[in-house]
Amino acid sequence: MIEIENVHKSFGALKVLKGIDLTVAKGEVVSVIGGSGSGKSTLLTCINGLEPIDSGRILVDGTEVHAKSTDLNKLRRKIGIVFQQFNAFPHLTVLENVTLAPRKVKGMSKSDAEEIAVKHLNHVGLGDKLKVYPSRLSGGQQQRMAIARALAMSPDYMLFDEVTSALDPQLVGEVLDTLKLLADEGMTMICVTHEMGFARDVSNRVAFFDQGVMAEIGPPEQIFGDAKNEATRKFLSSVR
Amino acid sequence: MFDYTFQWRQAIRALPQMLDGALVTMQIAVLSMAIGVTIAVFLAVARNSSSRWLRAPATAWVEVARNTPALFQIYMAHFGLGSFGIYLSPYIALLAGIAFNNAGYLCETFRGALRAIPATQIRAGRSLGMGPAKAFRLIVMPQMFRISFLPTMNQAVWAILMTSLGVTVGMNSDLTGVTQDLNARTFRTFEFFAMAAVIYYLIAKAVMLGARLIAWRMFRY
Ligand SMILES: Nc1ncnc2c1ncn2[C@@H]1O[C@H](COP(=O)(O)OP(=O)(O)OP(=O)(O)O)[C@@H](O)[C@H]1O
Ligand SMILES: [Mg+2]
Repeated sequence: MIEIENVHKSFGALKVLKGIDLTVAKGEVVSVIGGSGSGKSTLLTCINGLEPIDSGRILVDGTEVHAKSTDLNKLRRKIGIVFQQFNAFPHLTVLENVTLAPRKVKGMSKSDAEEIAVKHLNHVGLGDKLKVYPSRLSGGQQQRMAIARALAMSPDYMLFDEVTSALDPQLVGEVLDTLKLLADEGMTMICVTHEMGFARDVSNRVAFFDQGVMAEIGPPEQIFGDAKNEATRKFLSSVR
Repeated sequence: MFDYTFQWRQAIRALPQMLDGALVTMQIAVLSMAIGVTIAVFLAVARNSSSRWLRAPATAWVEVARNTPALFQIYMAHFGLGSFGIYLSPYIALLAGIAFNNAGYLCETFRGALRAIPATQIRAGRSLGMGPAKAFRLIVMPQMFRISFLPTMNQAVWAILMTSLGVTVGMNSDLTGVTQDLNARTFRTFEFFAMAAVIYYLIAKAVMLGARLIAWRMFRY
């Protein structure tokens, strides 16, 4: 379970998160939508401790992310994150990209790591690209590799930050399909997305962020059909 | 108008002697690169540090190394330090001067390579549970290595050619020193220096060719 309690966060004078409360249960898929600069990405990087917070707290399975005593390197093993930029490691093959962390962070043997990596790469449809370098992959393939790379750590949670927005339109589908597959398998996910169709079809709840505040959250039917909040309605009509 | 008769035989006979000199040249170049690379790493760290006391001397080193003639740097190591009572032999002075020069240039090469790697690469590594040192070692260093490999080998060629300046501080065992001695004894200036030039050329070409080959074998991405 991920529990976010009254989290405040600023960059210098700029207040980016202004008291966010959100609890994500095991197996749940929460989509986060909202305008540019509303703090969606920042929230994700706070959840895995890449960014410090000013006040409030975030608990992952009861462990407080920003407590001094928390071993973040260990905690991050169970929180996978995939960014908008694919962040492939260019000097490693697809297989090496995916086995790197299991081997060097978890201390897995090469063959065990490769077994897991191949499984996940097959899963995302890259089973025939094992020995290829990322520079030879399309954007969609690189992004699917990044997903496999995160999955190879066997995380309990996956955070996705607009994983399709750097992709050509014809490549968006293949990545969204991968996310759907994960959701169907019961992965707990927080997906920041601009894909309203995806948010509606795949998520259990949709959260709307507006200028650092979670203005509204609810089941997709309610958010897309009957938003209570004026800003939500305005945002949705602008993206449709 | 052109009554110089070439006498190559003498030069050819001196070839083994010159090749011995070339070995000394290579030795100085290799040592100066090893020292230069090591110091350059520290300089690069110092230049990127937040402490002014580390940054200032490192910046000064880089500025002087890159913006004054290499000849002066070698002179300083020999005669300059000599005026303070620190006497370095021609060999050590030449080595020190070239290493000083190498370190200055390579520092900037390494810093450029570091800058070329987006911060998001480290972020991705950290997200997978790597500590900062591990992320640097596994993700940043291999990429820096590739970016700086050929520029570093260029500097190595430059170091080989710079060794010829040793003759100005009394160095007589390297290729230029040996050639200069032969010249002084025989006055066959053109033949000896032409031979030396060919040897320098072949060494420089061989180093760059080797470097390209290694790069091609090593960097498959
Ligand atoms: N490292 C940083 N330093 C300073 N300001 C930052 C930093 N990261 C984000 N910001 C600022 O914080 C605000 C929120 O950024 P964030 O990336 O969380 O928005 P977002 O909701 O993800 O927007 P988008 O939809 O454009 O990705 C923005 O105004 C942004 O400029
Ligand atoms: Mg964002």
